[in-house]
Order: sequence, then structure tokens, then C-alpha cells
Amino acid sequence: MNFYILSLVKAGLVAFVLLTFCAYLVWIERKVLAHIQLRPGPYRVGPHGLLQPLSDLIKLVTKEGLIPGNVSTGLYLFAPFLAVALALVSIVTIPFGPEFEIFGVRTWLGLTDLNIGVLFILAMSSLGVYATAIGGWASNSKYALLGGLRSSAQMISYELPLALAIVAPILIANTLSFKELAEAQSGFYFGFLPKWHVFAAPFPQVFSFVIFVIAAFAETNRVPFDLPEAETELVAGFHTEYTSTMFAAFFTAEYANIVTICCVTTLLFLGGWHPPFPAEYGSSFIPVILLLGVAGLFFFHAGQTLKTRKWDRFSFPVGGVLSLGLAGLFLIPLLQPILVPFFWFAAKTLLLIFFFIWVRGTLPRFRYDQLMRFAWMFLFPVAVVNLLITAFAVALTSN
Amino acid sequence: MDALLFLTFAAIAVGCAINLVLQTHPIASALSLVGVMGSLAVLYLLLGGEFIAAVQMIVYAGAIMVLFVFVIMLLNAAAEKKTRKPALRAVVAVPLLFTFLMLVAYLIQTQAPKGTGVKFGGFTGGGPADIGRSLFTTYILPFEVTSVVILIAILGAVVLARKEV
Repeated sequence: MNFYILSLVKAGLVAFVLLTFCAYLVWIERKVLAHIQLRPGPYRVGPHGLLQPLSDLIKLVTKEGLIPGNVSTGLYLFAPFLAVALALVSIVTIPFGPEFEIFGVRTWLGLTDLNIGVLFILAMSSLGVYATAIGGWASNSKYALLGGLRSSAQMISYELPLALAIVAPILIANTLSFKELAEAQSGFYFGFLPKWHVFAAPFPQVFSFVIFVIAAFAETNRVPFDLPEAETELVAGFHTEYTSTMFAAFFTAEYANIVTICCVTTLLFLGGWHPPFPAEYGSSFIPVILLLGVAGLFFFHAGQTLKTRKWDRFSFPVGGVLSLGLAGLFLIPLLQPILVPFFWFAAKTLLLIFFFIWVRGTLPRFRYDQLMRFAWMFLFPVAVVNLLITAFAVALTSN
Repeated sequence: MDALLFLTFAAIAVGCAINLVLQTHPIASALSLVGVMGSLAVLYLLLGGEFIAAVQMIVYAGAIMVLFVFVIMLLNAAAEKKTRKPALRAVVAVPLLFTFLMLVAYLIQTQAPKGTGVKFGGFTGGGPADIGRSLFTTYILPFEVTSVVILIAILGAVVLARKEV
């Protein structure tokens, strides 16, 4: 019984945090893109536009859900549901931290640990093609149909290098469960170099890492591979005809997929929740130092706010106090074994997400034939060679 | 619990299979086939074949059927027209179908070896490691022969699809 209650609480918590984070990811993305382009970004709703996701949500939900004429209604309504369901299901196999014991209950940060966890994620991402393909086809519009077609061709092509890039670190760790994959990367070479798979012993997985990240961009339909929704050619691609909550579902699914794939990258290549340098050199105090720095920045800027930004006189000190409180939490010995690993996991994942946004603000879009040639002529052969070398190295060193 | 899950997904599989035949539009039929494959994957999972379930989803539902749907969308195939069927067909075919199903059920009841029902967790040899070990030790010859056959099929497809230069 205890197990069921605990699982229910954890599932609710993960779903809530993931959905809230997806909403705020839109805010983060708009802010980062805006600062790359030297403009302030969302600013009007709440302090520094922080309530923008909430107002977007209200706007999307209260708008009229229009179903255009001549669509195949059943499939048209089914596609956004499928997209968001698959995106949310994928997160269940992701562990966010190690096992710990609190108030006599032994548990771990994460919902479930499948012995086929990696395959499960691959299966869910390959089913995700249906959502875009069906949505594009059922809309009965040429832009949407072209978007759906492009998306299915692109996702099939990029799944090959993605899967091949995943196999290489799995050969080293010898498991398909994410929890064991992360545990296999604990420890340090020579006392300082972490045993992450990007630095792993027989053959460092740098190439797999790069291939995986490139293929992940294509799988999540992000710039420079966002051909399925290329605004300049296809209006909005597969979701051109969607409005209101159905559009919101596609939007949420897209961002949830980004979060999931960044978590998977962290677990496969960047050592999961293991710190980048040993605890003897004080890696457990990095979060406290960082949060103290953030609090300092807040208080520094609170003293010199502009007259035009009246809100900042309240929001900056509040932000500073919040950061100080968080820093205090990291110093409580009871919470440290939970919070510090989770901090490292979240920090790596957020860095990857920032990289996704950074690329969007920097690179132009590929042409469609370039995209396909890149996948089949370059990425796939490189992934195969990398896998062969890794397999050879593992076979030589394992006996 | 096992029986409930089995019955649910068996019912979904049968329902999707019937829908596959009844639908007039190719896309709806293809998606029903995906439903059949998905529920079959859950049945494999209930039997303890985790790896087979995952591969079923990745290869059949995720790759082969996506290509089917892709081709149907690319050809922009319209809904099929239903031809009028003679009344005699319904009168003869439906009872015959029922008789056949009864016969199969009877044969399974009497001829199949009696054993205890399958329980979730009863079989534990379906993990990736077990499958891999048996593929590369006991069944190495069929495995290699199959891969050569598939390679020949791919080459044949390429040769047939290539335009005259």
C-alpha cells in the first residue's frame, strides 16, 4: 500500500513540475532569444514577464476551438492528444537522482526503473511521428500535409543515427536501465576526471555525444532542423490548422520532448547526477556558492533600479531572499543527499536546454535535401564507424 | 489483475483488427493495425517478454507502419468504394465463420496441454541480456541466415526500384 501512495505522490509531483517547467521553458526561450537579438523580450505581464506563461495559458484555453471544414474529425482531434500523451509518458523512466532514505522511507528520485528503459524512450519517440503525421494529414490542408510528410521522413531518417549513438555508451555500461547507466558513471579517473561516458575508458564517447545531440535536434523538430514547421514556407507546418487547446497540446508536447531528450542526454553521456569533480574538493558546496552569488546579484541590482522599472524595487529583494533561502536548504545535512545530486542533474539538463535555445538563436534553417543528405551520407556512416570502434575497444578491454 | 489487463488489451487488439477490415480509408486501416501492434506489445509484456514488447513497438509500430502511413499520405489515396454484396454471402458466411471459430476454440480446449495459467512475473527470461545470449549461442545459425535473407531482400528491392540509366 505504501508503495502505491508513494508512487501516486511522485507521479503527481513529476507531472506538475514537468508541465509547469514546460510553460516556463517558453518564457526562458523567449527571454534568451530576445537577449541574443538585443531586445528585452516578454516584459509586461508580471515582473520581467514572469506571469507571461500563465496569461498565455488563459488565452489559449479560452479561445474558440475551431474545427475547420472537411477535416477527418476523429483523427484531427486524436493527434494532439497522442502527441501530449506520448511526450508525458516518456518521462516516467527518467531517474532524477540516486536512492536515499528520509523519515525511514527508502526511495529514489524518479518514477520507475525499467530494465528496457532506453528502448522504452526510443519506442515512445518513434511513436511520436504518428502525432505529427496524423495531425498534418487530417487537417486537409496542403501546408499541414507537407509538414506532416517532412516530419515523418525526417524523424525516420534521424532515428537511425540517434539509436546508433545510444548503443555505444550502452556497450560500455552494459545495461539498458537509466538508473544503472547513471550508476555506472560514478567515480573518477586519476582522482579528478569524472567517469562520464564522454570521457569513458576504452573509447571516449565524444562522437556519440555530438551525433546524439544533432539527431536530438532533428527528433524534436528544432532549428536548424525545423523543416516540419518552417514558417517561411509552410505557415506553421503540421499544426497550421490547429487552434486553442489543441494547439497548446502540440506546443506542450514539443517542449516536454525537449526536456526528456535533454534528461536522456545527461543520463547517457554526462554522468546523470554525479558531480564534475570529487566531493573532497568541495563539489557539494557549488550549489550554495552559486545561489549566494545569485542573491548577491539580486541585492546589488536592487540598490540601483531604474525609475521606469517600478516593479524591480520589490521583485529584486524578493528574488534575493528566495535565493538565500534555497542556499540555506542546501546546507541542511538531512536534505543534502537528495538536493545535491538533483542539483547536478538539473544543472546539466538546463545547460543542454540552454544550448538548444542558443542554437535556435544562432543557426539558419537547413534546406530539405541538405537535411536528408546530412543524415544519410554523413551522420549515419559516422555513427556506424563510431559504434564499430567502441565495440572493438570494449571487446578488447572486457577480457 | 493479470486477467483484467489481458482481457482489456485482447479486446482492444480484436476490436482494432475488425476495424482494420471494416474501414474504407487506407489511413484509418493502417492506424488500426498500429493499435493491434500496440496491444500485442502489452500482451508480450504481460507474458514477461519485455525486450520483444519494446522491439515490437520500435520496429513494427514505430518504423514499418510509419512507412506505410507515409506512403499512403504521399500517394494521397482516397477512401475505397464499397461494392454491393450479394445477400447469400452474409447468409452463408456468418454461420460458417462462427462454426470455424467454435471448432478452433474446441480444439484448443481439448488438444492443448493442460497447465496452470500464465502469471505476470512467472517467466523472467525475456530481458535484453537473455534474448541476446540465446540469439548468439543457441540460435546463431537461424539468426545469421535470417540476416543474410533480409540483406538479399534489400538488395532485390534496390535493384527493382532503380530506374534504367
